Amino acid sequence: MKYETVIGLEVHAELATKTKIYCSCENSFGGDTNTRCCPVCIGLPGALPVLNRTVVDYGIKAGLAMHCRIASYCKQDRKNYFYPDLPKAYQISQFDLPLCEEGFVEIDTDAGMKNIGITRIHIEEDAGKLLHAEGANFSLVDYNRGGVPLIEIVSEPDMRSPEEAMAFLEAIKSTLQAIGVSDCKMQEGSLRCDINVSVRPEGQKEFGVRSECKNVNSFHAAVRAIRFERDRQIAILEAGGTVEQETRRWDDAKGESFLMRSKEEAQDYRYFPEPDLAPIYVDAAWVESLRETLPELPQEKKKRYVTDYGLPKYDAGLLGASLGLSKLFEETVAQGAAPKAASNWLLGEISKILNETMLDAEAIPFGGEALAELIAMIESGTISGTIAKQVLPEMFEGKKGAKQIVEEKGLSQISDEGAIVDMIKEVLAQNEAAVADFRAGKEKAIGFLTGQVMRASKGKANPGVIQTKLREALEALR
Amino acid sequence: MLYTLTAHDLSEKLKSREISAAELTKAQLDRIAKAEPEVESLLTVTAEEAIKKAEEVDKKLARGEAVSPLAGIPMAIKDNISTKDVRTTCASKMLYNYVPPYNATVAERLFAADAIMIGKANMDEFAMGSSTENSYFKKTKNPRNTAHVPGGSSGGSAAAVAADEAVFALGSDTGGSIRQPASFCGVVGMKPTYGLVSRYGLIAFASSLDQIGPITKDVRDCATVLSVISGKDAKDSTSLSSDVPDYLGALTGECKGMRIGIPKEYFSDAVDPDVRRAVLDAAKAYEAMGACLVECTLPMLDYALETYYLISSAEASSNLARYDGVRYGFRAEGCKDLEELFLRTRSEGFGQEVKRRIMLGTFVLSSGYYDAYYKKAQKTRTLICRDFARVFENVDCILTPTSPCTAWKFGEKSADPVQMYLADICTVSVNIAGLPALSMPCGTDAAGLPIGVQLIGGRLRDDVILRAAYALEQNGKGGR
Repeated sequence: MKYETVIGLEVHAELATKTKIYCSCENSFGGDTNTRCCPVCIGLPGALPVLNRTVVDYGIKAGLAMHCRIASYCKQDRKNYFYPDLPKAYQISQFDLPLCEEGFVEIDTDAGMKNIGITRIHIEEDAGKLLHAEGANFSLVDYNRGGVPLIEIVSEPDMRSPEEAMAFLEAIKSTLQAIGVSDCKMQEGSLRCDINVSVRPEGQKEFGVRSECKNVNSFHAAVRAIRFERDRQIAILEAGGTVEQETRRWDDAKGESFLMRSKEEAQDYRYFPEPDLAPIYVDAAWVESLRETLPELPQEKKKRYVTDYGLPKYDAGLLGASLGLSKLFEETVAQGAAPKAASNWLLGEISKILNETMLDAEAIPFGGEALAELIAMIESGTISGTIAKQVLPEMFEGKKGAKQIVEEKGLSQISDEGAIVDMIKEVLAQNEAAVADFRAGKEKAIGFLTGQVMRASKGKANPGVIQTKLREALEALR
Repeated sequence: MLYTLTAHDLSEKLKSREISAAELTKAQLDRIAKAEPEVESLLTVTAEEAIKKAEEVDKKLARGEAVSPLAGIPMAIKDNISTKDVRTTCASKMLYNYVPPYNATVAERLFAADAIMIGKANMDEFAMGSSTENSYFKKTKNPRNTAHVPGGSSGGSAAAVAADEAVFALGSDTGGSIRQPASFCGVVGMKPTYGLVSRYGLIAFASSLDQIGPITKDVRDCATVLSVISGKDAKDSTSLSSDVPDYLGALTGECKGMRIGIPKEYFSDAVDPDVRRAVLDAAKAYEAMGACLVECTLPMLDYALETYYLISSAEASSNLARYDGVRYGFRAEGCKDLEELFLRTRSEGFGQEVKRRIMLGTFVLSSGYYDAYYKKAQKTRTLICRDFARVFENVDCILTPTSPCTAWKFGEKSADPVQMYLADICTVSVNIAGLPALSMPCGTDAAGLPIGVQLIGGRLRDDVILRAAYALEQNGKGGR
């Protein structure tokens, strides 16, 4: 039987506010344990929370970017459970009246554009972190993360494949980065997700029984966890069994998920309105003032790049999703570079260097002017593409422009025909066998000889000139 | 004797340099040494710090620096109000060794006003109780008759003031915990409008009901302390931003034309006849002073006690969840795993009454019961608020007994928690509605135990009840 997979996601994103959600401790990553703590965020007796207004601002911005309805009245609630990383033994979150509701996010699929529904976005506080020492019979707790502001974005069960889930996560990430509310650094845990998966025979209307999978810490883990869960559920159904509603825990190292608790063991969080905090009233003026600050969103950028610059959808999507790359792209094009050439460099060689050096695109030390200069030198024949690839890493050092590097290193392309003809003569003299091959009709030999000339010029000879002059020289020998 | 005087009398003597703050503090500490073995109102006495602080105040006085009316005045603070570097236990084994690294806003304000803390006052564990018998540490006696309880939960604060161990004290009132012990001990106690006084640093029992207030020897001192501790605090989201009125200015001694509501529900047969007589005498005194008595009705009172115990226990179950042995306070020894640590720490660290309320609160918030209990209690809360709002359309304040009875003997009500809960019947509705109310002495019963009259004001009309109380006090009622 063929099955359809149904996926819904709950994404937690840490907000990049200066201070924590309910106190004035700094909101940042790393540093010594338990140094960014105060009576409020470690829940000392008598301490009280005071809501950071910027958290509401950021929540609203996220809601607007995802086309949500912003609640004019909402409240915060206590979610009660015991765990050492939760110092008050309750998390302040939002239960029945979230800040944002009923939105959507656009994703690209094989079958074209698709809207993934956003059920709700609410604000809440993060918990601390347990530290387990190898072999120790105790654990330690670091409360630096306690009280860091989060938004939880809950999707509708609208995704039908791991690839769609991946596209959704990419869309969330690029949107939150574009509007500047989260840096979405997976490696620092600032974006995490829970996955809800069910399967149903193709054509069936009702959803199957779903499981929830926690502890998914990267996009790739999400894809792997969804595949695992889909296959697990299908195997149960194929064997004539029934899928149980349960919460599972993803182990990325093992590539498997494990049962955490069954439906019967589901926790009762005893939600009730947080009496220490007043309700949140958001008037239209507040919403509009934030709407005005929203930049162009990744999906809008993508559409514009296709229409205005004639970029392929794929290129436009990748550029549009990255704040740093799209900024550099537009600057480069504004300096007169061809859009496709700019895109090729950004998505090719430059992205490769970023990956290798683990840098963010925002960290690229040169601007569009420098990249346009590099591209112009290729266009004008001053340097070849090969040479340009050698110039780029030095541009990443951020001290010199393309032109300066080319000049200082003497990398300018040799277009002087006399010099190239001399080199050709030498190469032909040293490669008699290849010359013989050519004369015997093996056209392939010309490629080899071209390479040899290029090598003799240390890559600087103009490839066009080599082609013409080499053929002339060979014909003369025939 | 110095220690018998009120804060305003002492302040005069300090400002005129008739006495020094150090002298006064030493006299107060001597009094504590003498009275404390019998009364046991204090959990911690901060003698050294008090004398040091008093000497600083004396320097200020010598330099002629402007000083507040509480400068140099010895006070006691209930042990659920956080005091930096001074043990704050909530009278619980759970916090027997807890030393806060910060001051509650009220403590901060009193220290800034140069009041001198001489100690931390005993209470019912986590403020749950009406007799202070639920303290883990000691049983405070009623200074008027040591065979009787001082009331609760601020029993230590009220007894300390009544026994002249402190000139004034801070208490906290969630369902009557300032007013009822003030009534039992024959002193003045006030619960301000919810939000008037910052709760920052008050160890929470029920967040939507808790309010800190003064316990004093007379009404003027009550107004003085309230002026110092009230006002907006950025650290408490529930603190109100309205301006603090001139409470001392409200003390005119007049109450002519004031409309005083007498709700019949508060004068039923359940009220002790001596109490009823004394409270109605106070009403007559008002009438004689030119106030107008208005019969009124608060029918929702029937539901107040249930509403109170549902909401306060629900909030308490969550507020007290943080005491898990992980970070501070009591921790059970020799636990094998996390669950055992939580379970045994909480089983061994909390007393019976606290556990009873945590269980009740946990139950009413549980899925499947939330609507029937917690949500319904919130709806009833709204109805009780409306009841009061309707009555306050026609009256300036409401006059009732503070407690249906006078101080009972130790152990008399301990066996039956419901009997104990019923003692709160006159006070809880005020917290539910967030209104200000004050208890002041209005006579004694046949056994000579104090009786308190309660004056309830409209929201943020703390000045009105102070004015009414002062007029009655000037008329010869009240005082000791």
